[in-house]
Amino acid sequence: MAENNRHIAFICSKGDLDMAYPALIMGWGALGDGIDVTIFFTFWGMDLVTKKRLGKLQLAPVANTSMKMSLMGVPVPANWGIPNVMGIIPGMTRFASWIMRKKIKQVGAPTVPEYLQMLIDGGAKLYPCKMTADMMGLKEEDFIDGIQGIATVSDFLDMTKDAEIIFI
Amino acid sequence: MATREIAGKTVQVNDEGFMTDPVEWSEEIAAAIAAEEGIGALIDAHWTIIRWCRKEAEGKKWKSPTLRQITTGTEVSTKELFTLFPKGPAKKVARIAGLGKPEGCV
Repeated sequence: MAENNRHIAFICSKGDLDMAYPALIMGWGALGDGIDVTIFFTFWGMDLVTKKRLGKLQLAPVANTSMKMSLMGVPVPANWGIPNVMGIIPGMTRFASWIMRKKIKQVGAPTVPEYLQMLIDGGAKLYPCKMTADMMGLKEEDFIDGIQGIATVSDFLDMTKDAEIIFI
Repeated sequence: MATREIAGKTVQVNDEGFMTDPVEWSEEIAAAIAAEEGIGALIDAHWTIIRWCRKEAEGKKWKSPTLRQITTGTEVSTKELFTLFPKGPAKKVARIAGLGKPEGCV
């Protein structure tokens, strides 16, 4: 890490498809501008770096007030939400996730696994949280290649002494 | 609009140091900016990226390509791109290629 270089650290605590992207987008932008990037994955955020999960992140329409009918291409007033009762229909989460993936692809953004690889190749340092790994029974081999290793809170705090920290 | 002299030529630049008229660009200017950016002598791999960016931008009203567009368009890997233009390839590539700041997040 270069001396006096700006450093941004993200804490990813969510594993939903929509909540995976902010750190990936901002982290990638930061690397492109020469800023050091560290990402700490904790709780549900562990899904982003878990081999069996990262390609299957989902977006649930239930209790999501930002998910509007218009997002699904339904011609209704812009503020009409998806009724929660519709969200519990089997397959709705899969459908909403598919819509979101399609929209992400339309703007030329990569999938979550591709994005993570870009970040790793660009020099971002990725650390899954030790306590969550223990809690979920996850070992180093369960995580994608390219992570730096499982880290404790103390490790993370040591690494990010001079960083701007963003919690997601 | 501010101007500055690069490689013996006066060119127009904005507040962030990006050239504002890509037509004023030359390979000598690219080499001089690369030296300023700490990249040193440009090798073929640098030129492949620079020339691709200029060609791509020219067809899009000089809109500077993003890093993702560069890696998919040139088949230069992300790792290679960050090795060739370390510490901030997005702005460095754009500056050296005589283009504006990349417009896009990916």
